[in-house]
Amino acid sequence: MRKLFSLLLALVVLAPAVGRGARAQQTRRAAGGAEAGETLIRNATVLTASHGTLQNADILIRNGKIAAVGPNLKAGANARVVDAAGKFVTPGIIDCHSHSMLDTINEGSLSVTSMARTRDVLNPTDPDLYRELAGGTTTLNLLHGSANSIGGQNTVVKIKYGRPAAEFIFQGAPPGIKFALGENPKRSNGFNIPGVPRRYPATRMGVEETIRDAFTRARNYKRSWDDYRAAQSRGDKAAVPPRRDLQLEPLVEVLEGKRYVHSHCYRADEILMLIRIADEFGFKVRTFQHVLEGYKVAKEIAAHGAGASPFADNWGYKLEAYDAIPYNTAVMTRAGIIVSVNSDSDERARRLNIEAAKVMKYGGLTEEEALRTVTLNPAIQLGIDKRVGSIDVGKDADLVIWTAHPFSVYARVEQTYIEGEVFFDRAQDLARRADIQREREQLERADANRPAEGGPQPGAPRGRRPAHSHDDDQPQNGDDGGNDNR
Amino acid sequence: MKPEARSQKPVVSRAAVVGAWRSERGAWRPVFTALSSRLVARRTLVAVICSLLAAHCTLLTVFGQQASTNMGPEFMDGRPGTYAIRHARIVTVSGADIEDGTVVISDGRIAAVGANVTVPGGAETIDARGLSVYPGMIDLGTAVGLIEITENGATGWVDTQEVGDSNPNSMAWVSVNPHSAHVAVTRLNGVTSVLTAPQGGLISGQAAFLNLLGSTPEAMALVRTAALVINYPGLGGGGGGPFGGFGGQQGNITEAINTRNQRVEQLRKLLRDADAYARAQAAATQDRNLPRPDVDVVLSALVPYVRGERPVVFRADRAGEIRGAVQFAEELKLKPVILGGDDAWQVASFLKEHNVPVILTGTLNLPRREDDFYDVQYEQAAKLQQAGVRFCISSGDTAADVRNLPYHAGMSAAFGLPKAEALKAVTLYPAQIIGVGDRLGSIEVGKIANLVVTDGDLLETRTNIRDLFINGRRVPLVSRHTELYEQFKNRK
Repeated sequence: MRKLFSLLLALVVLAPAVGRGARAQQTRRAAGGAEAGETLIRNATVLTASHGTLQNADILIRNGKIAAVGPNLKAGANARVVDAAGKFVTPGIIDCHSHSMLDTINEGSLSVTSMARTRDVLNPTDPDLYRELAGGTTTLNLLHGSANSIGGQNTVVKIKYGRPAAEFIFQGAPPGIKFALGENPKRSNGFNIPGVPRRYPATRMGVEETIRDAFTRARNYKRSWDDYRAAQSRGDKAAVPPRRDLQLEPLVEVLEGKRYVHSHCYRADEILMLIRIADEFGFKVRTFQHVLEGYKVAKEIAAHGAGASPFADNWGYKLEAYDAIPYNTAVMTRAGIIVSVNSDSDERARRLNIEAAKVMKYGGLTEEEALRTVTLNPAIQLGIDKRVGSIDVGKDADLVIWTAHPFSVYARVEQTYIEGEVFFDRAQDLARRADIQREREQLERADANRPAEGGPQPGAPRGRRPAHSHDDDQPQNGDDGGNDNR
Repeated sequence: MKPEARSQKPVVSRAAVVGAWRSERGAWRPVFTALSSRLVARRTLVAVICSLLAAHCTLLTVFGQQASTNMGPEFMDGRPGTYAIRHARIVTVSGADIEDGTVVISDGRIAAVGANVTVPGGAETIDARGLSVYPGMIDLGTAVGLIEITENGATGWVDTQEVGDSNPNSMAWVSVNPHSAHVAVTRLNGVTSVLTAPQGGLISGQAAFLNLLGSTPEAMALVRTAALVINYPGLGGGGGGPFGGFGGQQGNITEAINTRNQRVEQLRKLLRDADAYARAQAAATQDRNLPRPDVDVVLSALVPYVRGERPVVFRADRAGEIRGAVQFAEELKLKPVILGGDDAWQVASFLKEHNVPVILTGTLNLPRREDDFYDVQYEQAAKLQQAGVRFCISSGDTAADVRNLPYHAGMSAAFGLPKAEALKAVTLYPAQIIGVGDRLGSIEVGKIANLVVTDGDLLETRTNIRDLFINGRRVPLVSRHTELYEQFKNRK
């Protein structure tokens, strides 16, 4: 009896896993079964992002990597051949600031939440992920919100839509953490609920002090571990290990240069403030996010060695963004800063190619400089440029085939590859539509939409879960509640 | 655009004026050294104005800079000049392109267009070899001038929504701030006219049609009360009802329908009252023996709309709401325009049959439903066009992103809308839909000279605006953004 029960239990537990596996298999088959073998993309205009544009070039993909790039490449007999004559190929687009896939954004209860991890709330089924693939985006830097001076830990993912969340995670990407300065961490956005004490800090002074306090504690904590390890190595058997502190551990990693700081910021003064603290405690800010007034302090950012990840041209949506100018990327690039252009929006993440094109218009960056803002530069900023960000032999075959130059408003994505597999294919998408439409109509006709005799009324229609956009700026603690209306 | 690409004298002098009070060096010398010789005579006057401005702007720590951008003297007021744009590719929109032609601008109007036209004596000629001339773009879904900063910060500069449900007597044009930073930023990307509309409630108010140049609301408003704006009540959102918005309270479907019907009834009653009021007023005018009803500001504001003299813009996105709004408008003999129109393609034949135009505001929005195809919004315009529905494309943004209007049209063209139609959808079609098609939207003799000179396709992101005319005035390519850029780009 117990045996039977165990068997049943095993079945119950395993069945969904099998189902998922089958689905993943199906996706792989649908993708053309090319993951193990070779794919040859032929006769394309290839925008490498690292070494210029190649005309009439082929790209050979083998085992998920770029095996060769150049004219007249030969592939094996079983290789899948994609004729890309008249088409353009770019590296997969990398979005250095995203909240897609996160079921919740802000752990806003404390001003230091370095222990919270975005990887614990990944939702791989969000349809916006597919829509981003359909815009050529393949890699996302999933950031915690900006409710806190020191927020939670980030997760870098590839959009392997259709797979379990664990497969999305970019293995080997250096860990990072979100910081935030200014209006959001000081909770000035109407968080003053009568009867509820205000959360510290409430000023930019307090934000500075909060970060300083946290790193002072982290330094003490690090010293206690260093002392303990030193005692251990001396053979001191009486040494007692310090109590682990999950809040301070990530900050010690920052002090040791093992965890990247991605800091939300707007105003020039707060950018300088964080640089001062970082210099004082001996760590580097990896990227300033948004950094809308970065153009005012470009030389200081460059001297510190930080990267910058602004919007292309968003401005005026809040007081802190009133001095944002679309020339920001160009000014900072010319100052020697590595700049990426990000979306911070499930919507804009679908057309970062157009956002990149804007930095040519505003400030006159070259085509390759512009392309790098959404490919190679974010890869460098995230420490994954050995794997992704350009079309070079040995890198992951994360590629996008476009119908026209990707900086043209008339361009459309035909296919998006991640590690040689097709994760978006417009032709397939179109081919599936009639079936989906039929299924939808069946569901709409189904009795489930009618109230049962004497039963409860069906609910009123509601909008879909709001997409994440500027979720950094959303007031709710814990509840993201983002929307496109900003 | 590159601000350094053109060095017009007024630009230099004005930039210097602006720079004077903002300059870190605090020196007044640049003002005078940079003043063009043409302005020397006016130097004293300018200096006086400068000191006044400097004092004023120091007080306005936040909004001071933007005030500078649009504050302008010679190009904005006074008699517009005579110009001839020569050797340009002229994209007339209403007719065929002219590969090498001339546009003559005089007294604010387009005086001549063609391959062989006589340039009047005294005209300032602009050699546009290798450049193109387009009509300025028009966005019918904005709140430019009513709102400076959208979130948490400057509510004193937000004038989009009145208190209460029915505000037909709220007129957007009276609270348009001509010196908003958005005005110059928007026109610098080729968007030269907007419909700026109040928001919220059931009847939000009356929208104004603005040309994006002028020192006063009077100068900017081409049509002061261009349309009545109604949020057509819907189920689960829209209409300002209790179910409005995402995450609103969930009721059951019967309650939602009852509430929707009550709100439609509320709207119907008000419009019927306005109709009765209009007839009573008219009757009293004709027959002195009849009692004249007291003037009612709410009802009298509605009169031109219940008479069908001006368009009524219904905000509606779902298919049911769109259909409801059109039927409602026909019942009350209104002249409806749909604003939003996400699901308009689903009721395209209905819209065609009733000849109701749509202002699409959601091209670059994420699809409304999780099971929508990824390109459902991108394709809306193409589907309406194929079905023969009158439509235009709007950015759907209040102010800051209105300048990106061409990329909304471009995306529609990437997904099936013919390129020429995409261009019309942001020029001629919006002009026609809002009733100014005889004055704007194409390059034709007699029309208002709102013209954009570009170095490429107007809808392409990489294209730069090289010259700009609004109301026949040559507009300096200067905005809050170019000024901040100039100030910081060479900071050592």
